[in-house]
Amino acid sequence: MYPDNFRYTKEHEWVMVDGDTGTIGITDHAQSELGDIVYIDMPKAGTIVEKGKTLGSVESVKAVSDVYAPVSGEVIEVNQKLAGGPELLNQDPHGAAWLVKIRLSTPDEVGQLLTAGEYQEYLGAQD
Amino acid sequence: MRYLPKSESERRQMLDTCGAASLEDLFSHLPPEVRLGRPLNLEAGKSEYEVVDYFRARAAENANGYASFLGAGVYSHYRPVLCDVVVSRGVFLTSYTPDQPEISQGTLSTIFEFQSMLAQLTGMEVANASMYDGSTAVPEAAMMAARITGRSRILASRALHPEYRQVLETYAKYQGLPVAEFGYRTETGALDLVDLDARLDEQTAAVIVQSPNFFGVIEDVKQAAEMAHQRGALLVFIFSEAVSLGLLRPPVEADIVAGELQSFAIPPSFGGPFAGVIATKEKYIRQIPGRLVGESKDSRGNRAYCLTLATREQHIRREKATSNICTNQALIALMATVFMTVYGKQGLRELAEQNLAKAHYLAGKLPLKFSGPFFNEFVVKAGARPPEAVNRALLEKKIVGGLPLGRFYPELEDCVLLCATEMSRREQMDLVAEAFAG
Amino acid sequence: MIRKTRPHITQNEPLLFEISSPGKKGYQLPELDVPAVNASDALGAANVRDGIEGFPEVSEVEAIRHFTRLSTWNYAIDLGLYPLGSCTMKYNPRVNELVARLDGLAWAHPYQPEELSQGAMEIMARLESALEEITGMDAVTLQPAAGAHGELTGILLIRAALEAGGNPRKKILVPDSAHGTNPATVTMAGYVVENIQSNDRGMVDLETLERVVDADVAALMLTNPNTLGVFEAHIVEAADILHAKGALLYMDGANMNALMGIARPGDFGVDVMHLNLHKTFSTPHGGGGPGAGPVAVKKHLEPFLPTPRLKRAANRWAFDYDRPRSLGRVRAFHGNFGVLVRALAYILACGGEGLKAVTMDAVLNATYLRKLLEPYFDLPKSAPSMHEVVFGDDRQAKLGARNVDIAKRLIDYGFHPYTVSFPMIVHGAMMIEPTETESKRELDLFADAMISIAREIETDPKQVASAPHLTRTSRVDEVTAARKPVVRWRPGATPAD
Repeated sequence: MYPDNFRYTKEHEWVMVDGDTGTIGITDHAQSELGDIVYIDMPKAGTIVEKGKTLGSVESVKAVSDVYAPVSGEVIEVNQKLAGGPELLNQDPHGAAWLVKIRLSTPDEVGQLLTAGEYQEYLGAQD
Repeated sequence: MRYLPKSESERRQMLDTCGAASLEDLFSHLPPEVRLGRPLNLEAGKSEYEVVDYFRARAAENANGYASFLGAGVYSHYRPVLCDVVVSRGVFLTSYTPDQPEISQGTLSTIFEFQSMLAQLTGMEVANASMYDGSTAVPEAAMMAARITGRSRILASRALHPEYRQVLETYAKYQGLPVAEFGYRTETGALDLVDLDARLDEQTAAVIVQSPNFFGVIEDVKQAAEMAHQRGALLVFIFSEAVSLGLLRPPVEADIVAGELQSFAIPPSFGGPFAGVIATKEKYIRQIPGRLVGESKDSRGNRAYCLTLATREQHIRREKATSNICTNQALIALMATVFMTVYGKQGLRELAEQNLAKAHYLAGKLPLKFSGPFFNEFVVKAGARPPEAVNRALLEKKIVGGLPLGRFYPELEDCVLLCATEMSRREQMDLVAEAFAG
Repeated sequence: MIRKTRPHITQNEPLLFEISSPGKKGYQLPELDVPAVNASDALGAANVRDGIEGFPEVSEVEAIRHFTRLSTWNYAIDLGLYPLGSCTMKYNPRVNELVARLDGLAWAHPYQPEELSQGAMEIMARLESALEEITGMDAVTLQPAAGAHGELTGILLIRAALEAGGNPRKKILVPDSAHGTNPATVTMAGYVVENIQSNDRGMVDLETLERVVDADVAALMLTNPNTLGVFEAHIVEAADILHAKGALLYMDGANMNALMGIARPGDFGVDVMHLNLHKTFSTPHGGGGPGAGPVAVKKHLEPFLPTPRLKRAANRWAFDYDRPRSLGRVRAFHGNFGVLVRALAYILACGGEGLKAVTMDAVLNATYLRKLLEPYFDLPKSAPSMHEVVFGDDRQAKLGARNVDIAKRLIDYGFHPYTVSFPMIVHGAMMIEPTETESKRELDLFADAMISIAREIETDPKQVASAPHLTRTSRVDEVTAARKPVVRWRPGATPAD
């Protein structure tokens, strides 16, 4: 369920690092808690984001959930596929429905994030 | 008490179920220091007859049987009978916000029709389910413009309704939205484009223009919009006389339209309740404050309506909401909807044309202050007598004259704002003209 | 068993635009008694519009049938119990509608001379003084148009007063049980929200309060009785803690229906509060407005109230615009006067004794429903109820039906649902406020319905989870409505079925 090559946050974001680029999304757990996602608000390419600060938000019919940046850096790409079909985030949160790509400014931050095993343990403890 | 539907024996049975000896018992858990140890110092309850009598007496102390030439944001238009018939139906009157669409399709459908007609009328793509009134719609529109542009400075026309400007000032002060004003041209009464251009800068979020403006003068919205857009600001268009939209070109160049619908069968009622509205382009729909009704289907596939895009609102987004507003003015908006339905496409135009004819008849007999084109309001120079003296003379003829402008514009202290509508009769207008001639 | 309803035929009705046909009329204007004016000549051709595209054209009889048919698709207080917690859906006396429409009141222009407005001003003055007596506060402004608008006015008052003292401070404390307007209002007034947790009885915890109130805190915003329907037992101590540190106590008066003639906020330490005339004082909700949200203050805040204020001079009422310390205006003209008329009519009809009887029956009705339903539903917070009671859905959720499902099933039983999932501090909240204007028979029918649904969940939860079954509109696809918003009719849109 939770890919081993991703790192996770307790706020239910994931990041997959490839060189100096981090692809960011929200976890399957997050999408299922929100239910049917109707709107996704992400910053424009070029925006500088800081680890732990609000990156954007994801909305269901009756809830809004902030998405926090798991790592710092500059947004270099926003997933255009989500604009027309936010339901993709319910269907494939760890794949096609990534949110943004970031050029990491502080690659060391990644090490502080949870591994897949730690994240699943954290989810287990929440129930 | 006639509003309490219980017999003493029923109350007794219910208390027994609750395990309470008396009604007082139900409050025994309150700390004694908070209890009011005496009866409320209010008169004993009155019968229905006495209540009606009291208000009849108060109504008789107000202006009764006067013809009125006051406008200035509150207009005397005929109210078709159907408007009160519809809003008096208990199922509209005594229902709540339509949060449960399965048993609220009546209210939801009428709001959808309201939104559609307001979009058509204003030339905008979408309109919300209504706001408290025109005055509070102005700061809401300004805040919306600030969110969209990421800028903070608000530029408002001095010919925007003075009380709307005061409300804008109150709201803006604590949100870090500095408000500056730009002037009007003393010959035409229209906004001063040179002054506007000089005051526009790269921090300006919104340019707020009312048309017809407070003086009744029709503004060149197109040019103001071009100027605003060149500097990356939005043009916020305000209207306070909705009937004018039956005849005037809609403000299609505006980015946000905010206005007051009192003219659409809403009684003047000493200033409220009224209904405002905000309309805008589709791309800004998520920044619009207040309720929105959207079309969808139910699980059987039938067309159905529901409140939508609720995540903008306070009950979900809390401190990050687009506004703290939680209601609209559904019943008042319904009055306006019935009004628009009764008059329809042709009727609204004919009504507007009658207003134009009456106002131009009266204006033709009076010395006008401004040369700009006007709809049903205009500013008159009082001449030999001060405006208050003219008004006193008119009161003796059972006519409430226009609004002396010195209260809001010291430079216009010898001027009066007059309004004529389809309800103004020729012989009364002749009396007004005589009074000014002195 | 469903006792309150039986299905009947309802009429279909298209949208206005779909019954429109060019040339149909529902109006006739009188003949002009002045010369007609050519619009293009008078205004300039560029200022004149073409016809309003898409605007309807229907006859009078079609118009009345249209709105009458639509109206039958609504539920309303006039049809029965409307137990929305914190909304106080009480009966709306019809005499109030009559008096608000009297010509001298309905046609009063806000700028007509004061000498010709004395009746309207007297009504405002009398309402102000009645509200002062009911709340125990010293002064009232009637200008705010709604509850949330009153909140904004109240917080701006606090800001104006603190600023006059040299330091507006930065934060407003809001309990986690608060209505969403509270935090939204705080932001609009330029303050930062600090949420504080309530204790296990659902009340503000004094120790927590003592810890968080510091020199940055401008005020605590509190609802009392709170959103659990529980009276804040330590309100006086809470006020003392705030005042000792120069902070103020704001009370959201949404639940004033539980206090009239029993306890007065002005006597338990409140500095500023708003009232919802459309809740406690019976003015109709009208499908979501108009309301009115007067704000009541203690003497020290009076100079900051919105402009103008009523004043008595030379045996007449006048408006005082010369208020240098006022926070300004929050609305044009004099507030929702028509709503004020209705509220005063209600207060006059009830009188002092009657208002206390209202509160007592409101609390009796809520306590009665609590007793009848307690064996069947979880009651997570057990402090005594005032005017409303909040159950949780844990017991039913385990069997497969949530609070929202029970709510929808209630519709089949002939009732409007309770408030769903609020306050958020109760899991699966079902917030029930019957109000005093329900008879024992209506309450019994409601309790029977809830109990019957609880039993259905034990045997056939799916029946409940897919409700309502008997309405003309079944569950609406709100997801599609939000993903692809259609908020207006357009020519060529899909017609009704």
